[in-house]
Amino acid sequence: MDIPYTVQPRQDTGLYNAKVGIWLFLASEVMLFGALFSSYILLRVGAQEGYWPHGWLNIPVGTANTVVLITSSITTVMAWASCKMNQFGKFKFYHACTILLALTFVGIKSYEYHDKFTHYSINLNDGNIADGHLVEKSKDFNLEQKTGKIVIHGHKVEIAGKQGEELQTELKKIYDLHSPEARAVKHEEVKIPAAQIASMGTYGPWHNTYTAIYFTLTGLHALHVIGGALVIGFLWGPGSKLWKTDPERFTNRIEISGLFWHFVDLVWIFLFPVLYLL
Amino acid sequence: MSDAHSTADFMHHIRRYLLVFVALLIGTIVTVWASYIPFSHRAVNIGVALLIASCKAFLVAGFFMHLISERKMIYCIMAFTAFFFVGLMGLTLWAMGDFPFNTIKH
Repeated sequence: MDIPYTVQPRQDTGLYNAKVGIWLFLASEVMLFGALFSSYILLRVGAQEGYWPHGWLNIPVGTANTVVLITSSITTVMAWASCKMNQFGKFKFYHACTILLALTFVGIKSYEYHDKFTHYSINLNDGNIADGHLVEKSKDFNLEQKTGKIVIHGHKVEIAGKQGEELQTELKKIYDLHSPEARAVKHEEVKIPAAQIASMGTYGPWHNTYTAIYFTLTGLHALHVIGGALVIGFLWGPGSKLWKTDPERFTNRIEISGLFWHFVDLVWIFLFPVLYLL
Repeated sequence: MSDAHSTADFMHHIRRYLLVFVALLIGTIVTVWASYIPFSHRAVNIGVALLIASCKAFLVAGFFMHLISERKMIYCIMAFTAFFFVGLMGLTLWAMGDFPFNTIKH
């Protein structure tokens, strides 16, 4: 039995069925990301003053990824337009670009994640904090047995015994990297014996509420990018056989996958300023 | 959305897509630039960034997703979505009263 209304529009909706389907799906996606944005707002305004991070993400890298995603949106719409104009070769070219751009986006995002997973915050026994990127851990490094040492490229933050304004100023070296206090900090190699460490951890999702919501939002978005790229990859590769037998239905598939891709771009348009700039 | 298939008919669509693409690139640069302007309060920076993001979102949804010339059915779905999305954000804003005044500065 043939699936009805894959090409011809239904009389009551004026649309082929898949188009209604994708818009209903996108409506649910708006609410999914909406709920997470709402969580972000509540976590941010509920954070104790001085503890909500600013400048933790690399703005040029984030800007580059935004440009990558915007460019993939134009190649996607051009791929669909090429199908509409009966130019299958151009479709292949534009969607090859889309797939490459999607991989570039995921690659850049992975680089950013790696940066966070190698960034350590080390609570020292004297009440101060050492903060920086891992250079090396000695082979015998063991936090429980207090053996070996860790070397980071970063700086120490002297918060022990400080309160009020003095503490807030010192905390800016960690939490507000745009502040003059943070800019004045000299980053250098810091060697710390395990015996001096009370606890330590990376800037993964477990670090604080900012990294938790950052990884949740960008992780879910990255899964959408990967999912979209797989669908577009299928339609570019084995799925493109449909062009020979039913070009209009194939064009509609390109439109549907394109609508999803544009939505993924649209979500990033909000994620970028919210997480990187504000 | 037009159902015309000829190359000539599509050329003005393609010109429009390219203009939107350029506008999105400019919008991205302006967003980054505006974030460095030291407004009197961070809330102004947030407002400006979200306003630019909303304009960019309108361009993507309106032109790349063809929402400016869609069928009534799609508008109906989006109207419901907009209603619940605005409701969700409205509830979030009402919750501001739950927080101590001195926390809402960042």
